[in-house]
Amino acid sequence: MKALFSELRPALAATLVLATATCGVYPLIVTVVAKTVFKDQASGSLITNEEGVIIGSTLLGQNFTSDRYFHPRPSAAGAGYDAASSGGSNLGPTSTKLHDVIRDRVIAYRSLNGLAADEKVPADAVTTSGSGLDPHISPRNAELQAARVAKARNLDVAMVKELINANTTLPDLGIFGEAGVNVLQLNLALDGQR
Amino acid sequence: MHATDWIQFALFLGLLTLITKPLGLYLMQVLDADGRTWLDPAVKPLERITYRLLGIDPRREQCWKSYTFAILTFSLVGVIFTYAILRLQHLLPWNPQNLPALSPHLAFNTAVSFTTNTNWQSYGGESTMSYFSQMVGLTFHNFVSAAAGIAVAAALVRGIARRSVNTLGNFWVDLTRVIYYALLPLCLVFAIFLISQGMIQNFDGYTKATTLESAEQIIAQGPMASQVAIKMLGTNGGGFANANASHPFENPTPLSNFVQLLSILSIGSALTYYLGRMVKNQAHGWAVWAAMMVLFVGGVLVCAHFETAGNPIHHALGVDPDDGNMEGKEVRFGVFNSSLFATITTAASCGAVNSMHDSYTAIGGFVPLFMIELGEVVIGGVGSGLYGMLVFVILAVFIAGLMVGRTPEYLGKKIQAKEVKLSMLTLLVLTLSILGFTALASITQWGVVGLNNAGPHGFSEMLYAYSSATGNNGSAFAGLTANTPWYNTTLGFAMLIGRFLMIVPIMAIAGSLGTKQASPPGAGTFPVNGATFTILLIGTVLLIGALNFLPALALGPVVEHFLTVQGELF
Repeated sequence: MKALFSELRPALAATLVLATATCGVYPLIVTVVAKTVFKDQASGSLITNEEGVIIGSTLLGQNFTSDRYFHPRPSAAGAGYDAASSGGSNLGPTSTKLHDVIRDRVIAYRSLNGLAADEKVPADAVTTSGSGLDPHISPRNAELQAARVAKARNLDVAMVKELINANTTLPDLGIFGEAGVNVLQLNLALDGQR
Repeated sequence: MHATDWIQFALFLGLLTLITKPLGLYLMQVLDADGRTWLDPAVKPLERITYRLLGIDPRREQCWKSYTFAILTFSLVGVIFTYAILRLQHLLPWNPQNLPALSPHLAFNTAVSFTTNTNWQSYGGESTMSYFSQMVGLTFHNFVSAAAGIAVAAALVRGIARRSVNTLGNFWVDLTRVIYYALLPLCLVFAIFLISQGMIQNFDGYTKATTLESAEQIIAQGPMASQVAIKMLGTNGGGFANANASHPFENPTPLSNFVQLLSILSIGSALTYYLGRMVKNQAHGWAVWAAMMVLFVGGVLVCAHFETAGNPIHHALGVDPDDGNMEGKEVRFGVFNSSLFATITTAASCGAVNSMHDSYTAIGGFVPLFMIELGEVVIGGVGSGLYGMLVFVILAVFIAGLMVGRTPEYLGKKIQAKEVKLSMLTLLVLTLSILGFTALASITQWGVVGLNNAGPHGFSEMLYAYSSATGNNGSAFAGLTANTPWYNTTLGFAMLIGRFLMIVPIMAIAGSLGTKQASPPGAGTFPVNGATFTILLIGTVLLIGALNFLPALALGPVVEHFLTVQGELF
């Protein structure tokens, strides 16, 4: 009991002092630097249209269903791309549910984009991401959708493909990670083409 | 694995190796009460004030019992501190979404989870936690539980290095110095780098956006970067957002991903160098490090191989086999950086995830699970990885002693019945907790009702949960609905067992070794450096892990692998 009380004083004081340092001073400094040097990033890399309305974040995917737009990956975040409820499907390799939903997505993807019945479908086009907010699709996935989007918008396919290239993020420093096409930015660029 | 994967892996291993020595030397100064660092002019005065406020004499060292008692008391205060914050969340500031207080069982689970450096999360961050709860209730433990882990490792190393002494250092001094001189400065730089990559750091309410197709998208915000920096560096792993490091805000670019990966293993790796320096046998430090790295590289290669190969069940549906298994993975990271992350986060007791382990292929998911069950000694958590590995070193030396028929010695100190018993105790308690709780959940209604998957994968979800909790990892086969009274309570106890029934016996070993004399090495001394020792150590870790857990793993991922090949569904 004596031992408990002899350590209780430093334990209580340490909790207060260290909480002040690590939960008060430290995040405060980080926030101040963030707001002065990286204001845009620190607030969520938000995109605003000409009317001043926030239309999303460059870092976050959003739902697209119209033929005129490139479609993102399927999403398990809330009802789809819910940026206040991130998450994956957490379905495992032998899940019937996952098997069935991927089967349906493969069929839908092929018919929507006019692909042959034996054309291999990009994995990212028919699987959900970990966050449910993946802003990217693979370059091949974008390429396969190009003809459909071009037709719906009466645009030249070559031009749509050029836009895909312009909105492709290459691996960082040429080494890290994978190339991906930012769907929201690509669709914004398309809207700017009219 | 593709060529670019190999390049990234080689770069990662190279950089980790490069920072081991300088960071190890720096930690040596930090963990020495009289050590000197270049931060002294700025930090020394704050350090002195802190000791005065704590009412301690920094020159007075503690015996193993006082040191342990200080940790336990501090942890108890910490649990209550965070429990109170979570229960009173609705009354506290910085809660722009007006999130309600947590239920008692969730608050208990979460307070224990962060105090024990586990960061198991039965909740989704953005839908449960106010900014105050995240920044104060949780981030506090991200710092202090990491520092406490490093302190225990330092105390154990002192016990090994010192001769015929009763004291192992002062916990309050170690705690303070680690936070002031190592964790805080590193996190400051790290957090700002993360923000430059696109991580958020603000106190705004959630942003309402109108998408191009005129739907509403609510975007969760918050002081994320300051918490994520220590979550990685302190191998805590608790995500600010539910999707953890797969969330584009929480891990915006492949570069932020790479640096986060490096930060998880950096301190653990450097501590092996610290060990070598302190015991004046640098070759021993590197031998321990080499054993960790061999197990690590093996794990990464197996995991990446199976994730790259993908799932034959889905390939048969028309999914391109060249893309690998992308369910639960982000495009910007791809299969390799996800597999690398999964292996690192479980090799260390971090538990952050940049992809959903629940959706891995059977063997791809086997790797992180097995890494946890090996005791997270492959580099391991900050401090906990080293002290966990030193238990295996003691056992390896003991086994070698039995083989040649001599009294086992570790760096000149006799390893006797007491040390071996205490070492075995730590391993058996962990095994009992993991297998016991999993067995209990498997045969009860509350256990089975929480499952997201059926068949062997459902069993794996439970096994993973209790392995993760007991191992103080915190990652999950996250389909499991764990936010129920039974799961929250049993997982909470598993975390307490895994943390404190590990720390107490290890401190007792440290105390016992500290009092011993050291004899000079003779002709019959088994050397604790060189390839023979490294192989023996790897063998010990694998043998004990395999004997304890292969039967259970056979019922989960192993049988699931064969069923996947046959195209069986559940």
